[in-house]
Amino acid sequence: MSNRLFTKDTQAIFWNNNKSAIQRMLDYDYVIGREKPSVAAIVAPTSSNKFEKFFYGPDEIMVPLYRSTKEAVANHGNADVLLNFASFRTAYDVTMEALDLGDQFRVIMVTAEGIPERLARKMNQRARDNGTLIIGPATVGAITPGAFKIANIGGTIENIINSKLHRAGSAGLVTRSGGLFNELCNIIALNADGIAEGVAIGGDRFVGSVFIDNLLRMEQNPDVKYMILLGEVGGTEEYKVIEAVKSGKIKKPIIAWCIGTIAKHFSSGVQFGHAGASANAERETAEAKNAAMREVGIHVPASFNELPQKINEVYNDLRKKGVISEIEEPEIRTIPKVRKPKNFICTISDDRGEEATYAGFPISSVATPDTGKSIGDVVSLLWFKKVYPKWATDFIETVIKTVADHGPAVSGAHNAKVTARAGKSVVESLVTGLLTIGPRFGGAIDGAAKYFKYANDNDMTPAEFLAYMKKQGIPIPGIGHRIKSLRNPDKRVEGLKKFASEHFPSTPLLDYALEVEQLTTSKKDNLILNVDGTIGILMVDMWRALGYSEKEIDEFIESGTLNSFFILGRTIGFIGHILDEKRLAMPMYRHPFDDILYDVQKAEEIK
Amino acid sequence: MAQKAIREYDGKALFAKHWHEYFDGFKYDFKSVLVTSGDELREKAKLPEYAWLNEEPLVAKPDMLFGKRGKNGLVLFKVEKPGDVKLEDAAKWIEEKQSHEVTLLSGQKGMLTHFIVEPFTPHTQDQEYYISATVVDNDDVLYMSAEGGMEVEEGWEEKVNEVRIPINMSDEEMEKAVRANVPEGIPDEAKGRFAAFAIQFFKFYRDLNFAYLEINPIVMIENNAHILDLVARLDDTAGFMMREKWGDIEFPTPFGMEDQSPEEKAIAEADAKSGASLKLTILNPEGRIWTMVAGGGASVVYADTIADLAGVKDLANYGEYSGGPTTGETQFYAETIFDLMTRYKDPRGKILIIGGAIANFTDVAKTFTGIINALEKWADKLKEHNTKIYVRRGGPNYEKGLKDIKEAAERLGLYMEVYGPETHVTDIVRMALEK
Repeated sequence: MSNRLFTKDTQAIFWNNNKSAIQRMLDYDYVIGREKPSVAAIVAPTSSNKFEKFFYGPDEIMVPLYRSTKEAVANHGNADVLLNFASFRTAYDVTMEALDLGDQFRVIMVTAEGIPERLARKMNQRARDNGTLIIGPATVGAITPGAFKIANIGGTIENIINSKLHRAGSAGLVTRSGGLFNELCNIIALNADGIAEGVAIGGDRFVGSVFIDNLLRMEQNPDVKYMILLGEVGGTEEYKVIEAVKSGKIKKPIIAWCIGTIAKHFSSGVQFGHAGASANAERETAEAKNAAMREVGIHVPASFNELPQKINEVYNDLRKKGVISEIEEPEIRTIPKVRKPKNFICTISDDRGEEATYAGFPISSVATPDTGKSIGDVVSLLWFKKVYPKWATDFIETVIKTVADHGPAVSGAHNAKVTARAGKSVVESLVTGLLTIGPRFGGAIDGAAKYFKYANDNDMTPAEFLAYMKKQGIPIPGIGHRIKSLRNPDKRVEGLKKFASEHFPSTPLLDYALEVEQLTTSKKDNLILNVDGTIGILMVDMWRALGYSEKEIDEFIESGTLNSFFILGRTIGFIGHILDEKRLAMPMYRHPFDDILYDVQKAEEIK
Repeated sequence: MAQKAIREYDGKALFAKHWHEYFDGFKYDFKSVLVTSGDELREKAKLPEYAWLNEEPLVAKPDMLFGKRGKNGLVLFKVEKPGDVKLEDAAKWIEEKQSHEVTLLSGQKGMLTHFIVEPFTPHTQDQEYYISATVVDNDDVLYMSAEGGMEVEEGWEEKVNEVRIPINMSDEEMEKAVRANVPEGIPDEAKGRFAAFAIQFFKFYRDLNFAYLEINPIVMIENNAHILDLVARLDDTAGFMMREKWGDIEFPTPFGMEDQSPEEKAIAEADAKSGASLKLTILNPEGRIWTMVAGGGASVVYADTIADLAGVKDLANYGEYSGGPTTGETQFYAETIFDLMTRYKDPRGKILIIGGAIANFTDVAKTFTGIINALEKWADKLKEHNTKIYVRRGGPNYEKGLKDIKEAAERLGLYMEVYGPETHVTDIVRMALEK
């Protein structure tokens, strides 16, 4: 692994939601038949989306989106390449933050051009100390044909196939320029059998990995049979390669050329090419470097125009010697010309196969009693896309049964009954009942979970929690009952607590809530933990025990998942009340006058 | 280019602006003026803050980014004897130097436009020290010598102490290294003071993102630092972080390079406004071979190849367009080149190279639409100059781009040969010259 830059399993985190570049990576993945997409996740600090859709061949896939590198790393421990597409203003910070996260990243590619030189030097040194390979700054990237390609390198899919970048050849290629990288790949495909690995090291003066770093790795990479180096006027990096050839550290043949021979004709002032390309001394000129390379036996053509013949010569020689053998051209998948993005996404069930499934489980495998599965199991599949353990599905079922009805007088049931008596259908009557569910009716489940969790997360003592809620001006959700008290406990609550103590692995939030209850009931006897509170709190304990992160649980609360249990359960009761009305054939309801306080003033005219 | 030279005056002004923050225990009287004529100097002398111009003996020299002014006889420090230059002497001297073109020993020539005038600092040769800092390979290097002035350049190896400061070296280590390397030639009683100054000098150089900073000579009289001569380059990529510290600093064109032509300026302005890259340098306005090349690397290999095969005299321009310019931007760039290349006749006719490597993401057909629009406008002129056009390009949508431009040339009656990625990138230069 260490001597191959990338493999077919390499995955990257892409910093910046650069859709076209990411799409090109995924198109490449599809063409070469990768199993996993090469982009594991995207970091987009200002986006509030959770994923971005991309095409994968004719289909679409979702790539998760995170707001920070840290989050992305936490969820994708195997992605060891960071593609830093931040601007020159922030690219340094993004790289340093990634390096601070430890040794997750083996390779960091930095695309920005013109990072302040001092910052670039700090970043490069830090990466070196960390053992991380930096590609760039100011680069189009790197590619291991047939395995992994960074962003736009290689250009279009058509060009990639023409330049044989879809499968491994035998040359190792290192250039400064990104534009000429593509060109060289084309030349190598026309005059030899393509490349096994290629890196454009970047055009800025201070780049992370230099020619020698990449060539030494390629020397150790068995896929690379010979190497091609395209240098530039300016700098002395080529001399390190010359030293390595002299000392025998590099034994594979190298073909090299330094561009910028034009610079000698102009004493100063004209900047040819990249920021890194400016000769400060005779030995930094393209001529001097080309001559010095030729002297140690590196294959140097007479001019750039003759580079193709030189490559062809060396390649044919290696073929003759048997170092390089014939490459079998692999089959490639083609990408459809027209692809239409899907308007809807479904991740919970699928009706396309032999039998419809719930999160991958055929309905028949969870429906009948002999499967041993309950409504709780179906909820865990369709709501959470997970197979919950029995104690959790039993708990869900217990909750649904517990909240199924609470008599005709509560506002939802009352509404449903009034509507049914107006001659409306079951569904119409049901929704009028459901529409009352919210912050005042049924909402205590959400509220209790939210506030108790917040207090517990922030290590508030029960007394601090009470003070906090008082300051907020909110009565504590889930605390208090009209008639029940410590001496006259709510049997439903007793039941839930008993189930939890017998079956939950642990109940930290319930334990905390009971401490709070001790304090509240010491003030007033009926300020007990009520059924809504118990359900909300135990749901949090359930999710914690199931291994969800605090953030995921917060998202469940935010998105109204807890309320959903109430909606689901109480629907059973509402339908009961509606059917009851239908059965009784009760007439249209009209509220009696004497139950209304009339206090109507004549409207004032505003002039 | 990331490193840009600034005027001596501006460099000294940066020292003055940040002196109290960096140079603890030293004083610096920033007495310098930058003028563009003798009259401007006379006017400045009427202002109360420049009263010293009337009161003190003066030194005057051009401030135009070139060195060795002493050797070029371009430093006025005496009329009869050192230290007798008065305001009117300096003003007249400036007027005389501006009355004709100046040729330096290096061969650069041009008109002198900017002068720095300062008080004459009486001192002896042994009070002149040398200090500079820059980046060598990946490290900062601080150079110190007990011998300043022109002397230091002869026998550099023996006279100058170097301190290499890797980017991750701590301040304590750096300070220790500087103290351990104070040049022998500095008198013992001044060594501590010099080390303290050198350390602060380095921090100033580092924090203000200089790429090169040299004071030669620096004269230390007690705790007064006299910066007699200064050369400085800034890392202009750090500009976005240094807005406050640098202020509104000027990066002048180096002396000897004629000011940019209006066409080069127009392209530079378009470049500054665009997300793409547009660069143009005119090398020889009467040159025979003109290039319009996409991409920084490709533009260099075309220039190399033309110089190799035709000779550098025939190469008219250097430049590139890249980074996905719009159709409009490409048309403007092309028209500028067509305009320039149809100003002087060449009996052999003109060659236009529309070249480029295989693009990574630039839409070739889109940029070629811009070139075609420009060809339509300039076809007659190009024909008048007997222009042969050679096109080579690859990348996204290149088939359409090549087909479109070929059709346009046929319609307009222009001589054009068109090649794609199957032809070696610079081979069109050879073909053009063999015709």
